[in-house]
Order: sequence, then C-alpha cells, then structure tokens
Amino acid sequence: MRALAAAIGLLLAWEGFVRWTGVPAFLMPSPLRVWNALVTRWDILVGHAGTTLTEILLGLLFGALLGIATALLLSSWRGGRRWLLPLLIASQAVPVFAIAPLLTLWLGFGLASKITMSTIIIFFPVATAFYDGLRRTEPGWLDLATTMGASRGAMLWRVRVPAALPGLASGLRVAAAVAPIGAVVGEWVGASSGLGYVMLQANGRSQTDVMFAALAILATMAMALWFATDLLLRRMLPWQPDALLDSDGEPT
Amino acid sequence: MAPGLGIVLPVIRLGGRPVLGACDLHFAAGQVTALLGPSGVGKSTLLRLLAGLMPLPAGARVMPEDGQPLAGRVAWMGQQDLLLPWLDLRGNIGLGARLRGEAVDKARADSLIAAVGLTGRDTARPSELSGGMRQRAALARTLMEDRPFVLMDEPFSAVDAPTRHRLQSLAAGLLAGRTVLLVTHDPLEALRMAHRILVLRPGAEGAVAEDLPLPASLPLRAVTDPDVLAAQAALLDRLAEAA
Repeated sequence: MRALAAAIGLLLAWEGFVRWTGVPAFLMPSPLRVWNALVTRWDILVGHAGTTLTEILLGLLFGALLGIATALLLSSWRGGRRWLLPLLIASQAVPVFAIAPLLTLWLGFGLASKITMSTIIIFFPVATAFYDGLRRTEPGWLDLATTMGASRGAMLWRVRVPAALPGLASGLRVAAAVAPIGAVVGEWVGASSGLGYVMLQANGRSQTDVMFAALAILATMAMALWFATDLLLRRMLPWQPDALLDSDGEPT
Repeated sequence: MAPGLGIVLPVIRLGGRPVLGACDLHFAAGQVTALLGPSGVGKSTLLRLLAGLMPLPAGARVMPEDGQPLAGRVAWMGQQDLLLPWLDLRGNIGLGARLRGEAVDKARADSLIAAVGLTGRDTARPSELSGGMRQRAALARTLMEDRPFVLMDEPFSAVDAPTRHRLQSLAAGLLAGRTVLLVTHDPLEALRMAHRILVLRPGAEGAVAEDLPLPASLPLRAVTDPDVLAAQAALLDRLAEAA
C-alpha cells in the first residue's frame, strides 16, 4: 500500500513539474502522455516486451545453471580453483558493453547474442554467492558428518549444498535484479525487436513518450521478476534465517 | 556392554605449544569418565583425536579392549546441538544413516524420540523447538548411531540450569552400558554423571591428568547427597588451582 502511495505521489509530482515548467514533450513527456503512448502502441509494445522477457528468462536460466555449476566446481576441485577463479574475475573485469558488439558480430542479431550477454552478467553473482555459501559451512556440521562416516559426496550434497542454499538464494535475487541489463544492452547494440530496440528507435525519432512507455514496461517486468523470484525462494527455503525473521516480525 | 578404551599419547602440540602431556589413559568399559580442566588445556583436543577429527600424531595408539579398531565405532555430541535447520526432527535423528546411504531404522528412531520426550514433534524443524528440546534431539541423534563409544564435548553447556539437570538424568539412563568420555566445565555435572573424574592440570610439558576421589555412591548421584556437595566444593578448589 505504502509503495503504491509513493508511486502515485511521484507520478503526480512529475505531472505537476511538466505542467508548471512547460518542458517540451520531446524532452520530458508528462505521465499522461506516456500512458497514452502505452495504450495506443500497446499491440506493438507487447510483442517487443515478449522478446525482451524471453531473453531475460532464458539468460536467467542459463546464467543460474552456469553459476551453480561454477560454484560447485570451484568448491570441490581444489586444483581447478587456481585456474578458474582468475577467469571468473576477468569475465567481470571486461564490461559487458565492451563485448556486446563482438557477441552480436559472432552470434547474430537474434536471441542468442542477448541471452549470452544476460548469462554473462547473471552467472557471476550466482557463482560468487553460492561459492561463498559452500565455503562457509558450519564447521560443527562437518565434524558431525565426519564422525558419522559420511563420504565426500554425501558431505557435499547432504550438508554443504543445503547449507549454502540461502547464499545461492541471495545470489539469485541479485541476478533477477540485474538480468534485464544484459538483454537491453544487447538490443541496443543490434536487434530487430525487443524493448531496447524500441527505445533506441523512439529516441532517434524524438518519440520520448514511446521511450518512456517501453521503459515503464521494462521496469514493471524487472520488478515483477524480482518479487516472483523472492517469493519463490522464500517458499522453497522456509527454514532460512531471514524467512524466519519475517515470520517472527510481522504476520505475512 | 561396550569395551573399555586405552589411549597412549606423546606430547600433543598445537602451534608449537605443548597442550597435552604424554599420557597413558584407560577409560573403563561401560562407564562414564568426566574430563575437567581450565579452558585451553586440551580436553577438546583429546576428544577430537579420539573422534578421528584430528590425525593421530606419530607414536599415538588408541586401543579398544576388544582389539577392534576405534574408527567407525564412535558417536559424537558437541557443545551446540548441530541440528540441520533444513531437516525436521526425524530427518535430523536419522542423519547418520542418510549420510552413509543406509536405510533409517524407523522403529529405533520412534523409540528414541519417545525416550527423549519428543513424541509428536517428528515433523518440527529445529527452529520450532526450544533449546532444551533441541539438545534432547541431539542426544537422540547421538544414540541413534548406536555406537559403543560416546564422546561428549560440553553437551549441555548451552542450556539453562534446570534443563541441564533434567538432560543429565535423561542422558545417564540412555547412555548406560556405553563407554563415555564427557568433557565438561560443570563440576556438578561431572559428579552426577561420572564413574570417574579426571582433572587436567596445565604443566610445562603439557597438561597432566589427575584422578579425583569420588563419593562412594554410583551415578546418577543425587544433588542433595552431602558427599556429592562436599566433593563439588573440593573439585571447584582443585579447578581453581589448576587454572
């Protein structure tokens, strides 16, 4: 409720600002104008939104899988850690903006280059958060498992991985928040559909209201994605400390 | 009844500092031996060596009286309950079997859950249990392993005094017949539960174990027994000296 009130307040302030200062619409369209653009161009926008959403979701899926696999490999293969860790850092040291044109060149204007970009952005927070979780297992649990005669595999899958799931969950939350970046950057560099493409075209034609409309859809999708991910993760890990804290603090 | 356990150790050093002196200890079959001493004196180190959590140094020998190796015949109970938060009570109690890929003995789990008074809480996660209940669950998990040797590292130090008192009575009954090594900071706990009390006193070449004379009665001793209270006073004096 409070969030809704804040959003309405912000929109009112924006509308008031535009009317009061008389800023030209190609610089700053009023919320009503953006709403109009959203309604009149809805049939076009919704198709582009579908493209972007597909890229984001597939990027999230591949990025999460790649991140999980990397973390497991790093934690269980001592020798590989020295080789993989620098590579992991290097993959993030190079800005995705810088390699976006290359990926478009190699993988084409279609979905593949955007999904690859999303994957590169998403896999890092997932891998680091999960890897940290895997390294920080309560030592007492490992001692206990050792005295119980657990094999290495059982120790990993029945103790260390479950114990690291809250860490993985926070990595996935970050991933859900940054997932749209890769897709939109990819669309800016070269695409024939998607919200990023719409924004670029609208910008070129000074259709700022359409640009804002696309932005509004993108922001709504990104927020919905984050809240859905958060809700899903809470449902799946009812035992994790922050979920417990919530249920203690206020009835949900 | 569980066999006795002999251990011969050279001087144990941690970070170059001698912790435990060279010793030749014997823990009697089916009895509870309590190990007391100031912090850092090597009580937990001794326990960890026996549990296989630290490699045995050269020259050390661990000899169960029946001639079989010790590995795989030890149950361990630590200071914290160490219940896994994602498993319910039943899952935690059957943890050992699950980790070894064996089937969990359901009837045995049921009887142990009943013995520690947690019937009906099978599906409760650790966060839904009180501190005392969690420690009882940890006790049931320890006994679920059904090992002749039980190593306990300050098992009841994290709960309040009345709960500790009840847990001691419960544990003493359930541990009967096993060879138990109990590390504790609580003189009264040692006096109630142990057949024999060893006090570790720090020395220049590592800590040395000394036997403490005990009241003639057998555990589980009553806290109202004047002999027990007198022994508690003597033990406190001894510990204050050793520290």
